[in-house]
Amino acid sequence: MDIIYTIWLRNIKRYLRSKSRIVGSLGMPLFFMLVLGFGLNSVVQIPDTGQGYFEFIIPGIVAMSVLFTSVFSGIQIIWDKQFGFLKETLVAPVSRLEIMLGQTFGGASTAFIQGLIILVLSLFVGLSLSSAAGFVIAFLFMVLIGIAFTAFGIAIASRMEDLHGFQLIMNFVIFPIFGLSGSLFPISSLPAWVQPLTLLDPLTYGVEGIRYGLTGASQINPVVSFIVLTAFCGLMTVAGAWLFRKMSI
Amino acid sequence: MPAISAENLTKKFDDFVAVDSISFAIEEGEIFGLLGPNGAGKTTTISMLSTMLRPTAGKATVNGCDILDQEDGVRKSIGIVFQDQSLDEELTAYENMDFHGRLYRIPGEQRKEKIGELLALVGLEDRQHDLVKTYSGGMRRRLEIARGLLHEPKVLFLDEPTLGLDPQTRNHLWEYIERLNREKGITIILTTHYMDEADRLCDRVAIIDHGTIIAMDTSQALKNQIGGDVVIVESPDPDAAADVLNAPWVANIERRDGSVVLSMQDAEHHIPEIVTDLHRHDIAITSLSVHNPTLEDVFLHFTGRSIREETASGMETMRMFHQRRRR
Repeated sequence: MDIIYTIWLRNIKRYLRSKSRIVGSLGMPLFFMLVLGFGLNSVVQIPDTGQGYFEFIIPGIVAMSVLFTSVFSGIQIIWDKQFGFLKETLVAPVSRLEIMLGQTFGGASTAFIQGLIILVLSLFVGLSLSSAAGFVIAFLFMVLIGIAFTAFGIAIASRMEDLHGFQLIMNFVIFPIFGLSGSLFPISSLPAWVQPLTLLDPLTYGVEGIRYGLTGASQINPVVSFIVLTAFCGLMTVAGAWLFRKMSI
Repeated sequence: MPAISAENLTKKFDDFVAVDSISFAIEEGEIFGLLGPNGAGKTTTISMLSTMLRPTAGKATVNGCDILDQEDGVRKSIGIVFQDQSLDEELTAYENMDFHGRLYRIPGEQRKEKIGELLALVGLEDRQHDLVKTYSGGMRRRLEIARGLLHEPKVLFLDEPTLGLDPQTRNHLWEYIERLNREKGITIILTTHYMDEADRLCDRVAIIDHGTIIAMDTSQALKNQIGGDVVIVESPDPDAAADVLNAPWVANIERRDGSVVLSMQDAEHHIPEIVTDLHRHDIAITSLSVHNPTLEDVFLHFTGRSIREETASGMETMRMFHQRRRR
């Protein structure tokens, strides 16, 4: 436990110290939120719920922020590998599982904070605070997304030689995960052939869960979302731990 | 019980043999040097002994712990300074030390005390709360050594500890290393391709080339094997010069590029003889020099190559590096 805490602590220290990274990674979600949210608010009306578009995409933007930060935090071990710091950790008398879990929780924590900032900012520009319990539910889903995708990032990083593949992962894995997740549009209004893809995307369940928490309405039963996302989270943690254990430096 | 013993340790990457069945034993309290050109297998050896790399064959123990079966035991008893930097530049020196101390489960109070003590030892206490990215190369190296000592290891591995440092900093580091060994009795195994470093620091030196140990002894004994002082005669016609100089008082004679290298006792007294002999046979002398044997000469003697030539051609290292990373 103390080892996991040590690695977590390093991640948090580094995160809090890199002001430019915090601000920088707020850029894109804010851009989406303001441009799409305000731009399309008067044009688009969500069927069934009758919500405005702005309210509709907030959960998607929060999930996006958590997704990007967590994947990035996981992939950061490539950085540690290239700058040599990973060796210092791996040669210590600690198990790789502890290192991996510390990294995962560290990444998930920073991703959660990043999502929280977006959430708080959106309160100022129009998100209405519903119930405290709803927020707790949203937080829970944010944490699950954070853990799952940091572990996913670690799994990818364990198989990567260097950062050259980073762009590839971003464009062909992370963006599709985001795009298909129902963050920006309701699942029910998608063409029939895209819907199954959406339901295969684990982030969909995260977005729907956060949406349920924040707005009280979602297209997927929150219990189903919770079960699917928790299962994915467990799977990713096992996969990440296994690949990280096999990683050579 | 030796601090480190290796028996037929071997590491192959695909069909490239990086370390080829090497055996040695290092006594407690010894400073032992692995000397050789880049790509000779020094770092691979260190990686195996520090459990970072599994050997293909052979076995080894560090502080009595088997490197295959007792990884944690080995890891607890060693401190290691890697060839490449392994600090977190976004953290301060103190935080880097603290992280290390926590990883090795040193209790809070004791950790704090030891960190202060060690940072003072390497002269970094004034800068301990500055981020490492503001540090110079020498300061980083010192910090890494201090960090390697934090958990009071029995054996300290130093992989090219002074690579890329200026002469003054190197001297400082050498003093630290000697002091550590003397005052704390820590066994030190270091790799280097600097002859003077091995000569100055090491009780015993193993010369390693193409993955095998070609000579191992104290540096004085190694130099004695050459057979006295070294005389280098440069001449436009080195073959003829070598024939003429093949006298009974010459212990060893070698052709090297455009020169003849002779080893002999009391070289100073034989200089006139060399000059007159060559003059009598009408062989011109471009230059003539005499020096006491160095480990460089020992390396040349055993391999027929200069260590510097090897170092200059980095291809082998790059290939090895690449192969290691592909694993």
